[in-house]
Amino acid sequence: MMVLSFAAAAILVVIGLALVRAFLGPTIYDRVLAVNMVGTKTVLLICVIDILGGNSGFLDVALVYALINFIGVIAMLKFYADEGRGEDADLRPGHDMSGGESP
Amino acid sequence: MIIAMIGSLLVVVGSLCGVVGAIGLLRFPNFHARLHAAGVTDSLCAILVLTGLMCLASNGFIVVKLLIVLFFLLFSTPTASHVLTRTALNAGYRPPMRKPETGE
Repeated sequence: MMVLSFAAAAILVVIGLALVRAFLGPTIYDRVLAVNMVGTKTVLLICVIDILGGNSGFLDVALVYALINFIGVIAMLKFYADEGRGEDADLRPGHDMSGGESP
Repeated sequence: MIIAMIGSLLVVVGSLCGVVGAIGLLRFPNFHARLHAAGVTDSLCAILVLTGLMCLASNGFIVVKLLIVLFFLLFSTPTASHVLTRTALNAGYRPPMRKPETGE
């Protein structure tokens, strides 16, 4: 069970790094990408905790969380596709987003 | 016993693969590179960790549930990446490309 504790800690580190990107992310799409990654890794974390604790009820929670995460990402992207270009006025189309390095 | 060892190895490798993907998500310079890092490692991390957990599970019912979760993640994660890329492309975010040397 040491292995599962290590896996849970590693998945928590992944969630932390993805949250840093979600706070930093210059465009709205970076934030959606990071939030999607947090959701996927949360599903894996719930599965690991299920096997670690021997409680088989958590797998249903993981399945429902995967569904809600997918629907949430699609709904957020649909909202921003209809609404415009997101919140970042500096990074509208017409500006390049090549990260500082000019071609 | 040997199945438990294989499962432990798969879980550890999958976790490290997820850490690599998160470092790529944090440190790559632009959106499309970050999308590549996250999209590739999400699927591989889910496959490895859930397969390892299937090897470690105690009865067949848990294995079936983990298989359902794995199949749903295998369908939903590439679809989410595709929708994200398509939305960003429709909003005008082209991947940065180097100009060819000969032409304009």
